[in-house]
Amino acid sequence: MQVPSHVEYERATSVDHALVLLSRPDARVLAGGHSLIPMMKLRLAQPEMLVDINGLTELSYIRLDGGQLRIGALARHADLLDSPLAGQHFPIFHDAERVVADPIVRLWGTVGGSLCQADPSEDLSAAFAATHATAVIHGADGDREVPVREFHLGPYETVVGRGELLAEVRVPVQPGTGSAYEKVARRVGDWSVAAAGAVLRLDSKNGIAQAGIGLTAVGAEHFVAAEAEEYLRGRPPDEESFTEAGAIAAVHCHPVADQRGPEDYKRHLVAELTTRALRRAAARATGPAAAGAKRRKAA
Amino acid sequence: MTMRVAVTVNGTDYTRDVEPRLLLIHFLRDELGLTGSHWGCDTSNCGSCVVWLDARPVKACTVLAAMADGRIVRTVEGLERDGQLDPVQQGFVECHGLQCGFCTPGMMMTARWLLDRNPDPDEAEIREAISGQICRCTGYENIVRSVRWAAEHSGETI
Repeated sequence: MQVPSHVEYERATSVDHALVLLSRPDARVLAGGHSLIPMMKLRLAQPEMLVDINGLTELSYIRLDGGQLRIGALARHADLLDSPLAGQHFPIFHDAERVVADPIVRLWGTVGGSLCQADPSEDLSAAFAATHATAVIHGADGDREVPVREFHLGPYETVVGRGELLAEVRVPVQPGTGSAYEKVARRVGDWSVAAAGAVLRLDSKNGIAQAGIGLTAVGAEHFVAAEAEEYLRGRPPDEESFTEAGAIAAVHCHPVADQRGPEDYKRHLVAELTTRALRRAAARATGPAAAGAKRRKAA
Repeated sequence: MTMRVAVTVNGTDYTRDVEPRLLLIHFLRDELGLTGSHWGCDTSNCGSCVVWLDARPVKACTVLAAMADGRIVRTVEGLERDGQLDPVQQGFVECHGLQCGFCTPGMMMTARWLLDRNPDPDEAEIREAISGQICRCTGYENIVRSVRWAAEHSGETI
């Protein structure tokens, strides 16, 4: 029988209340709990106090504001998957959420919890890195904004400090953008063997103005394939570019052999999945949905 | 150290003093004696412990009883109404949806939730809905048939 060790429990009644509670050493945020509680059962996490933020529904939104898609930290995976707004601007989130765990777990696990868990195999970290998102962190002294690409310090470690709470993720919305996420797992609901997310912004001459590539579970620094992104800048969005970008991404990541596969297999997946994600992102950037978005914007 | 937890389960109010670390599945089974919900893998993989917490299914091995304080829980014991089986339960009877029965309570709670949102799901939608739950007996065929039976017989007096 697996049970967590002794722990205190407090329910936050407001964001400010949560920040006060979280100023205690060894206090941990309890949101969906679907990573934290299993880790507590295994004694991989032993917080002295849990701060339950499930009542802070003011952090559950998904909305468009100031040219950004803003996702509250307490939005559930199912909320993001069901959000037409998210799907319209960033299909990468729907691609990724469809393969996060299973439908029941997605009802409870949260977007903020995924980022703060900082699991190297977690899908949303790479997706947000690919989109050049920014994390908004509440603290007693006010808010601070941290690019998601600087949010993770390493496995299971983030820049969120004592007395702080991740409140929101902001994703810049830009015209001419397409995005996609491709994952290989051993079975439905499992962690990635490897996965790749891609965001492409095309310029008026149909060249690549900006590329974002996120990699999951393969030891990419900050979940990013920076060299492949740099290679793509200014190139045409074609098969040659995408294949080469995939090859570059595969060379520059650092997968380790484990029960999900050997290193060379994972590098092969990185190359193939990066290429596929770029291909789909490009199709979406130029496809009917993107054209529709432009028309709406023009009107 | 204990805390007071008040939960409404299947329409009945319960109050217990429990440790904050107590998992909801053990609260239901050991504190309240509601042993219909099964305690399986303990890792949120198998889904035999699925109950509803505030009208959404949850794997009860992966939430604390403390998180359910002041909330509403529905378990497999709460499916039947006034002695009448829920169509989902009757479907499992009609279509041999269970063999050993261990996964059944979780399967039925998820099926009820699916049908409340989507009264006429196709096979793919049913399989997607139960994809976070494991049955080691049936190969899922009869579970899918049971849920389809329930969809086709909803609203009928069984």
